[in-house]
Amino acid sequence: MKLDFEHIQTAHCENGVSVSLLKHAGVHQMTEPLAFGIGSGLFYIILSVVKVNNAPLISFRTMPGKIFQRTCQSLGVAVVRKKFVSKESAQRALDERLQQGLPAACQVGVYYLTYFPKEYRFHFNAHNLIVIGKEGDNYLISDPVMEGLHTLSSYELERVRFAKGPLAPRGQLYYPGTISKPVTDDQIKAAIIKGIKRNVRDMLNIPGFFAGVSGIQHTGKKIKTWKSKLGDDKARSYLAQLVRMQEEIGTGGGGFRFIYGAFLQQSHAYHPVDELLDLSVQFTKAGDRWRDAAIQAAGIYKGRLQSQADYNVMGDMLIEIAAMEKKAFTELKAVAKQL
Amino acid sequence: MKKQEIPQDPSALNNVTKEVAYAVDDAGNYTTDLSTGWSVKAEALDHAWQDIEKRVADARAKIERKEASPLLYFMEKKLMDIKILSAYTGFWGITIKRHLRYGPFKKLNQKRLEKYAEVFDISVDELKNPF
Repeated sequence: MKLDFEHIQTAHCENGVSVSLLKHAGVHQMTEPLAFGIGSGLFYIILSVVKVNNAPLISFRTMPGKIFQRTCQSLGVAVVRKKFVSKESAQRALDERLQQGLPAACQVGVYYLTYFPKEYRFHFNAHNLIVIGKEGDNYLISDPVMEGLHTLSSYELERVRFAKGPLAPRGQLYYPGTISKPVTDDQIKAAIIKGIKRNVRDMLNIPGFFAGVSGIQHTGKKIKTWKSKLGDDKARSYLAQLVRMQEEIGTGGGGFRFIYGAFLQQSHAYHPVDELLDLSVQFTKAGDRWRDAAIQAAGIYKGRLQSQADYNVMGDMLIEIAAMEKKAFTELKAVAKQL
Repeated sequence: MKKQEIPQDPSALNNVTKEVAYAVDDAGNYTTDLSTGWSVKAEALDHAWQDIEKRVADARAKIERKEASPLLYFMEKKLMDIKILSAYTGFWGITIKRHLRYGPFKKLNQKRLEKYAEVFDISVDELKNPF
């Protein structure tokens, strides 16, 4: 059985799940940038004490699950989210949902995700995909970062749904509740304002040095000490990890700035305030600088750039980006008040 | 990033999928296009795998010097750390730490060996004699 479901490819998996499921449920206005912006997806955090693949935990997006949850809630759509202890009941719940002719999203680990290229299969447990049908023992999968559809056997799906380790999905299944009356443009308008305000808060007002724009600045300062403190090998690995977190498929930190720029442009259609367009340009510039920083980092981890001065350039780039984003979000805060 | 600047470099995704990228067109409007990959991030991924290969090789050398048990080799090979291995096996971290030593591993009972072998997708024999 294959549901009537439009596969939509997006830059980021959770955006994609949000767009596809909400569209399927009848919210025709939904786009990836809107889901990302309303869900306040743009973020930055560095936790040096928590190690992922032996390098500090860095994330360029908000907590897994939040984009979907916030987007739905801002539009008055209920979120159904289930975790399971037993593998059997996890499969049964999914099968029942499919039998009703409805799709469901799963949080999964990518280490055992068979259709991913081997090079991408790390123990990362916050990937999202949509199950859109079942034929025999095979589930039909709409993975938002992939161009086409894929299949997983019930064993393969169970394995990724019950991946273990940090952010273990525990069989997690989620989807929007039934939408009784259509979502209006006014609701979208209000959701945009809410999403912007929350994102401003996350980037500017979290106390401490590790999150938001101060987190970016802190990382910039730290990078300058990596060479002398950690030695060349470790410093290179840390930078490679930073770039992977920044640019890799489905995470795209630089890419997220572009999606946010697109969000502000699309918001302009709902709130015709020209400052939004100017701010969109500012985020595009920040995204471009993130890409420049990645190129600098690549020079270092490939061993072409080796001096302390090269690390200083890299660190200063991040400090500059922090200042750019601080300015943009401060202005955005003022604009949000007028909307 | 301008639309025409979206990188189209070879990457591990080739023949599997292209990825969506956001960029602005000549009029400054946001649009999307597909990208085959970007050399900068392909190199970051390569670097991560070089690190893993190095860790696996180090583990192997340690086992040959009897400074570690074969468990270390498979843990590194499967990109795990003690935390992840603990989550998959149900053994405490401190227990796994002990099993990572050459001596205590030798004394492991069949049941525990089978548990490790299952998690690593190998046979008990391979677990005991990895090389």
